[in-house]
Amino acid sequence: MRNFYAVVKKEMRSYFTSPVAYVVIAIFLILSGFFFYNGIAYFNMVSLQAMQSPYGAPDLNITEWVLRPLFGNISIFMLLMMPLLTMRLFSEEKKEGTIELLFTYPIKDSVTILGKYASCVGVFVIMLLPTMLYPLLIHKYGTLELGPVITGYLGLFLMGSSFIALGLFFSSLTENQIVAAVISFGFLLLFWVIGWSSAFASSKVGSFLTQLSILEHIDEFSKGVVDTKDVVYYLNFIVLCLFLTMRSLESKRWRG
Amino acid sequence: MIEVENLTKYYGDRPAIDNITFRVEKGEILGFLGPNGAGKTTTMRILAGFFPPTSGTARVAGYDVVNNSIEVRRRIGYMPETIPLYKDMRVKEYLEFVAEVKGIPRKRRKSKIEKAMKECGTTEVYHRLIGKLSKGFQQRVGLAQALLHDPEVLILDEPTIGLDPKQIIEIRQLIKSLAGERTIILSTHILPEVSMTCQRVIIIHEGKILAMDTPENLNKQLQKLTQILLQVEGPPEEVSRQLGKVDGVVKVTRREEVSTGVWNYIVESSKDLDIRKELVQTLFSHQWGLLEFRPLGMSLEDIFVKLVTTEER
Repeated sequence: MRNFYAVVKKEMRSYFTSPVAYVVIAIFLILSGFFFYNGIAYFNMVSLQAMQSPYGAPDLNITEWVLRPLFGNISIFMLLMMPLLTMRLFSEEKKEGTIELLFTYPIKDSVTILGKYASCVGVFVIMLLPTMLYPLLIHKYGTLELGPVITGYLGLFLMGSSFIALGLFFSSLTENQIVAAVISFGFLLLFWVIGWSSAFASSKVGSFLTQLSILEHIDEFSKGVVDTKDVVYYLNFIVLCLFLTMRSLESKRWRG
Repeated sequence: MIEVENLTKYYGDRPAIDNITFRVEKGEILGFLGPNGAGKTTTMRILAGFFPPTSGTARVAGYDVVNNSIEVRRRIGYMPETIPLYKDMRVKEYLEFVAEVKGIPRKRRKSKIEKAMKECGTTEVYHRLIGKLSKGFQQRVGLAQALLHDPEVLILDEPTIGLDPKQIIEIRQLIKSLAGERTIILSTHILPEVSMTCQRVIIIHEGKILAMDTPENLNKQLQKLTQILLQVEGPPEEVSRQLGKVDGVVKVTRREEVSTGVWNYIVESSKDLDIRKELVQTLFSHQWGLLEFRPLGMSLEDIFVKLVTTEER
């Protein structure tokens, strides 16, 4: 356990002594802030129009109109940004050769992997926390539905954690950070859109492909529904990726 | 302390080390000597638990390096050849990290770090970024991290490579001062280093052990003949002939002409005979001028070259 904290601490320090974490977090917040502002402005306009309508106002829900699309957009930013956070985790150690010392210290591989994973998830949480300002603002000036916000964040957290797990795995495969980032991005995008091809497949294969899609499983969360099948999907995704990372690092040893 | 039996490691279908067996006793300094690519680093990496061997066993302090890797790693301090350190960390942060993962209790961490830094002479760069340090200081930080938890066994891969002569001497003295309670394995391709620091030498070439002994014994074993260099002023043919007549001389070789009428000769005699007196008397009786008289010892360097080249032939 002490080793785990040591690795987390070291990785966190490395994120925040280099500009990587700051740049990624700043760009992420600028983008999400921009989309939040636009969402609110659009909602204002629609509300104003509705108020002037002689037929009375339709059912306008600010959570549904502003936050739900925002969560969708944030998940796309994550798709773009996560590979940049994860690419260095093992690639850098391999390139610099520091992995040789790391793997001759008395730490189990699994602890190293979990420590690196946890530190990246930590950076991700730090990145996500300031966006909670948006629901708070809505709460101050309007009525907020708390349920969908909480589940929406749970969904984002699970999704981001899966992205990180996948990125960690690809980072363990290569010593080139760019290669790690490109492959992770490519695979994330593939998992994102894999459901689209279900339209051209037989119903069995089609539903299988749909269930494989990352996008398919985030939808329910932003509606305020926590379905165990979605939670299990993300948890499985994470565990599989971490397991593959472990195997990939082990294989380096016997492959010579 | 270290027992290696029939250790073999293949990279693809090429053996990096081939059936190596040796033992190192507690408190001993063992030198691995060999040209680049001989298998020194591979052997050390296996002992440090970085990767397992293809076949054979290696035990450190009674623990198997494959099955009990973590226990082995607790007992060794390893310094790889390239000194891979985290360049974006400060020396202080890095050593604290190492102390933590090596399981030094919080209370003793500070004193251990201070001790290791003092031993390696890195106190003055404690707060600096590792990436900004000179090669010599990085090397010392590398040594400090290996020493940090007072390991029973130290494995140092080319500890003096890339240092200036003053630093080399300092590091060698440091290594010697560490001996005693610790067992040390170091590798090098610089020969004087071995004779200066090590009690026992393993000469390794193309993955095989060619010789294993103390530096002195290696000298004795390989030196079957005594060679003496003479610089004599006199008629060359006559000098060679007369020297050859001395009892016990096996061979006289005439070498280069140093200046007009002065030639260098090498006289070989069997190892157990001392013919120096007779040689000088012969020269004096012919009234030839003796300008230089020097027994040629075989340096470790010669032994090494001899071993490696005979193997190749």
